[in-house]
Amino acid sequence: MLVEGLFYLFATILVASAIGLIVARNPVYSALLLVLCFFTSASIWLLIEAEFLAVVLVLVYVGAVMVLFLFVVMMLDINVEEMRRGFTRYAWVGWLTAFVVIVQIVGLVAARRLGVDVTQGMVPLPADYSNTAHLGRVLYTEYLYPFELAAILLLVAIIGAISLTMRRRRASRSKMWPGKSPPCVTSACGW
Amino acid sequence: MITLAHLLTLSGILFAIAVAGVFLNRKNIILLLMCIELMLLAVNFNFVAFSRFLNDIDGQIFVFFVLTVAAAESAIGLAILVVLFRNRRDINVEALDTLKG
Repeated sequence: MLVEGLFYLFATILVASAIGLIVARNPVYSALLLVLCFFTSASIWLLIEAEFLAVVLVLVYVGAVMVLFLFVVMMLDINVEEMRRGFTRYAWVGWLTAFVVIVQIVGLVAARRLGVDVTQGMVPLPADYSNTAHLGRVLYTEYLYPFELAAILLLVAIIGAISLTMRRRRASRSKMWPGKSPPCVTSACGW
Repeated sequence: MITLAHLLTLSGILFAIAVAGVFLNRKNIILLLMCIELMLLAVNFNFVAFSRFLNDIDGQIFVFFVLTVAAAESAIGLAILVVLFRNRRDINVEALDTLKG
């Protein structure tokens, strides 16, 4: 009963913050509401006893990805009002699509043809069961090659992001532009 | 008692909100990226729920990989966004018509 109450509380917060995310005027508010989404999702994952992924969600998403998002949002000088023009013109398409998707998914879940009885509860895990140990054992034995591929993927992403955004500073600036200020080409003097 | 239907419905609603967000904020690339993150979160919800209710850990392993790919995707996406802003001083999607597609 307590678990169910907590689930409904977190689910309400999750849906409300997701709606707030897509209608917020300021991108910074959207990013912070997305952080709230991730926190409540992690709480729900804790409720269904997926502890390791809940912790990883908070650490990786809130700690790294969302900080990156906030950094970019605050660094770029975005004209929000310009972005908001025409906001409501296609809004009905969006809500219609959302409604159709909800009807389809709820219909699927209600039809009980997923090959599993969706109305049964969880089988309780034994008290000495460790989700992290189980995940680690499977990840480092059965899924070792996919794990290494994921590591390579992250390396490629790091190299790609750095090589996309790095700019070489002009070394001999003072020689090229004697007596006057150089043209603004480096990130040090704004964009 | 939380059932599988609760979690599947919640993730369906979350996914639908993210789809609506893509239509509503179709001019702002940053919000489009955030909506994609929200969609991935909804998909991860399904994986975790089925993994837990079928007593099969493989679903949670898959969530692990989805998180990895999503982190790489947002890093590259934001890097492209920064380069785009540096070149055009604008991230309006409607202004990106160089290819005349």
